Amino acid sequence: MNQGYDEFTAALESDDGYYLECANGHGSLPPRRVCPHCGDRDLSEAPLPEEGEVLSYTVVHVPTPAFAGEAPYATAVAEFGSVRLTGRVAAGPDDVSTGMEVSATAEGDDDLSVVFEPR
Amino acid sequence: MGLTHFGSHPARTSRDLFAEAGLAALDDAGVDPTDVEGVFYGNFMGDIAEHQGHQGPLAAEALGVDAPATRYESACASSGVALRQAVRDVRNGEADVLVVGGAERMTNLDTEETTEALAIAADDLYEVRAGMTFPGAYALMARAYFEEYGGSREDLAEIAVKNHANAVGNDHAQFQREITVEDALDAPMVAEPLGLYDACPITDGASAAVLVSPEYAEEHDLDADVAITGTGQGGDKMALHDRDALAHTPAATDAADEAFADAGIGTGDVDVAEVHDCFTIAEVLALEGMGFFDEGEGVTAAAEGVTTADGDLPVNLSGGLKAKGHPVGATGVSQLAELTKLLRGDHHNSDRVADARVGVAHNAGGTVASATVHVLEKQA
Repeated sequence: MNQGYDEFTAALESDDGYYLECANGHGSLPPRRVCPHCGDRDLSEAPLPEEGEVLSYTVVHVPTPAFAGEAPYATAVAEFGSVRLTGRVAAGPDDVSTGMEVSATAEGDDDLSVVFEPR
Repeated sequence: MGLTHFGSHPARTSRDLFAEAGLAALDDAGVDPTDVEGVFYGNFMGDIAEHQGHQGPLAAEALGVDAPATRYESACASSGVALRQAVRDVRNGEADVLVVGGAERMTNLDTEETTEALAIAADDLYEVRAGMTFPGAYALMARAYFEEYGGSREDLAEIAVKNHANAVGNDHAQFQREITVEDALDAPMVAEPLGLYDACPITDGASAAVLVSPEYAEEHDLDADVAITGTGQGGDKMALHDRDALAHTPAATDAADEAFADAGIGTGDVDVAEVHDCFTIAEVLALEGMGFFDEGEGVTAAAEGVTTADGDLPVNLSGGLKAKGHPVGATGVSQLAELTKLLRGDHHNSDRVADARVGVAHNAGGTVASATVHVLEKQA
């Protein structure tokens, strides 16, 4: 159990994604009690934009044991409005590019993790 | 200062590795072990690799030192951070003699297990679970750099070629052999666009140094002709995705600004540098972050001969993490040891920088969420 993260990924999985927004418009990911960018304590949930843009990515050939059967796979950082996420890309390594448009969901048997789907 | 051989020593415990380096450091310094007032020890993954936490006291007793000892953990910057704390204690008059160093045992795990252990330097929930590895994170930074400024895998290969060439003759180095650009480009991919020769190896080893106050050195007639004149530390958000830019390391900028101001020097005063090249792209980001090159200019510095042994600013004359090896918790103080030898003239590459008086060490943790910079100056 990881309170905050579990609720966040469960919401992503059910197409109900959100992020935390401070009064100054900075985005962050839960659990947070204060905005990591400016220290504002007035955080509220805001809907995660449906469409994000891949800023950079890598194709991992040497994975950790958790992903032993999946390499090579692509992992990316994508920007969704005022918040960015890291996620595996649900596409072949050759089909990933910077600037590509993705949506965010979550997958996993026991623990959910962030996955980007090409739009 | 003292170093073990950096390489594959899977059966050796970190306490034994540190004993070798620490005793060598005490002998090199000519300091009586009973004068040591504290041990500042860097170690990253001992809990995972050796099922051993709380390594500080083990480190002290391994040296036969009866003094308080603390383990510092800041991922790959563990002993850089330990060094900074020790420097501050000596400066503040809290202590006259301290041992600083670090040790890491890694090759007793297999590559996947080590990859997992190293990955905990990133955000476990939001990066590692999303498939991010340590090489993967630097690969993401490399791609972002290429897209923002240009540069190529060939440029990065030149950095690996340079650092391998520098390690030839370094008895402590893991790889004491030259490679070619073709070797690097033809090597298997680890995390695109980074291949095996863009990455430092997995390494066992230890480093240590004895820090003394000027008063103690004078009183005991020690030959302490290299001084640490500047120290700085910078920090950043843990996860890459929480940073403003993927191709910059502002923690290194903050650490360098602080250390250079502390020492009263500018980048133009620096004769030689040891920087944290855990991946080839990391050397570029370090040099640009510290202000030695404008953003986008550092990637070709090795190819153009600026940072090679005969260039204007030789970088990683030890071989760097790439060829010397990277026993994570030992790396920061190993840079201090290499620079000390370069400045006092008993380094295998001393002839390349015969007149060097100022050296800079840059040590980074994770994807540079932690960074330390230290300035060393030859005295008199």
